Amino acid sequence: MKHNKFLDNICLFLVFTFLFLPILVIILFSFNTSRLNIVFEGFTLDWYRELFNNTSLLIALKNTLIVAFVSTIVSTIIGTISAYGLKKYNFPFKRVVNELLYIPVVIPEIVLGISLLCIYTLLKLELGMFTLILAHISFSIPFVIINVRSVLENMDPNIEQAANDLGANKFKTFFYVVLPSLVPGIMSGAQLAFTLSLDDVVISYFTAGPGSNTLPLQVYSMIKTGVTPDVNALISIMLLIIFALLMISAIVNLRKLKYEVTR
Amino acid sequence: MKFDNKIFKFIFIVPVIIYSVFLIALPLLYIFWISFLKNDSYGGIINVFTLQNYIDIFADVYIKIFLRSFLIALGTTFICILISYPFVLAVSHKNKKIQQILMTLVMVPFLTNSLIRMYGFTVLLRKYGVINQILLNTSLINEPLELMYNTFGIMIGMVYTLLPFMILPLYSSVLTIEKPILEAANDLGASKWQTFKKIILPQTLPGLFNGSLMVFTPALGYFFIVDILGGGKIMILGNLIKNQFLTARNWPFGAAISVFLILITSILIWGYKKIGGKMDDLGGM
Repeated sequence: MKHNKFLDNICLFLVFTFLFLPILVIILFSFNTSRLNIVFEGFTLDWYRELFNNTSLLIALKNTLIVAFVSTIVSTIIGTISAYGLKKYNFPFKRVVNELLYIPVVIPEIVLGISLLCIYTLLKLELGMFTLILAHISFSIPFVIINVRSVLENMDPNIEQAANDLGANKFKTFFYVVLPSLVPGIMSGAQLAFTLSLDDVVISYFTAGPGSNTLPLQVYSMIKTGVTPDVNALISIMLLIIFALLMISAIVNLRKLKYEVTR
Repeated sequence: MKFDNKIFKFIFIVPVIIYSVFLIALPLLYIFWISFLKNDSYGGIINVFTLQNYIDIFADVYIKIFLRSFLIALGTTFICILISYPFVLAVSHKNKKIQQILMTLVMVPFLTNSLIRMYGFTVLLRKYGVINQILLNTSLINEPLELMYNTFGIMIGMVYTLLPFMILPLYSSVLTIEKPILEAANDLGASKWQTFKKIILPQTLPGLFNGSLMVFTPALGYFFIVDILGGGKIMILGNLIKNQFLTARNWPFGAAISVFLILITSILIWGYKKIGGKMDDLGGM
């Protein structure tokens, strides 16, 4: 079938320009000599140097990364365990639990954010890193469960039975037989949890405290008074790291794809 | 052996039960409960039953905010559909390797925070921002255009932030269309539009509904986009709830609006399930 290649490429070009423009402009202005993010005057690396003296910005970056890593690890572990448990066992109200898990996926984030804020206030928990991380864990778990479950559904139950027949106990069966075959689902779940954590604004807005400012919240508070160019520099560095990580994962994926094709 | 099994089962089901009860069910039930209580003038909650919060929702000011939220969310969904179809079809025409690269690229902006990208838009869109500067310097315009601090700016921000949520499900449903069917349609003389209407649209309907759900509901709540690109004069449901909880400190009223939002979401989910949508597809990758 003939497709209009030219039109296809124009469409791809326009959408990707739209998607990357706001990011490219930040990178561009991180090299700008002018303090105001208005006209590009000349090239400088000063903002990158200045960045290392801006402690509040560095703390915000540190908090963002801690929240993202800790919440990803915890939600991936709990999510993986839960996906297996929900498939394997029956217990009272299992159907209710299964339905509840969809709530964080579909409900507007703001409702989740304020409901957590309310329950924290009720329990007299002081807002800070703990409440923030707990919030991120709680909106990530269902995504991990869903992704792990999709792999679990396609697993051959006979393999587990075989391990059992050969004398492996449940723990051994889980760690040596089930877990390795779940890796693709666990990886995409973890990747999604990490992305959601880095991208979140709304839930963090309600569940972070004075000592747990994240980078987006910091930028939010600066937008009204004017964002300094060292923020541009920081965002550019983060982007560079993320892009490198993505390239690695893309290369790994392509290798896999090639392997599947040539097999 | 029996004892081992018990511990095993315990480890594998207790965390999810604790999680779903304490971090999902209880917080939402608590919101539901306080939406029927009164607030005092100091921002506290009094244990007196009232329906006043739900009656207040129907005041003119709030009805206007509701309508505006719906129009913005609906418009966002519609524009996302218009952009996503040609885009995912264009992607699906490429070979497998390029498809994978392109879809990874769609996810890249996601990894920088959405608020940070909105900040990027303010640099582009404001009165003497990059776009207006370029247009002024090339004498295409004489006066800077009003690109933000209005509904136009909000729509750009919303479409931008939510577009990938439409692209991803639509792309996976486009992949399910079998190429020979498209070729057959072409051979039998179907026009592009006929092919789209008779084959592509029905086949991608699940992805379309999935995407619409994932675009429409968040659009009702993204207060920070409205704050940054709307300039603080325009309000949607998200801003209203945020204000009730943080500045006006009328938690019961904020809770009532949230319950209303949950109701809307539930109706949409009900519709999604009715037409055969799978819940797991909403959170998969």
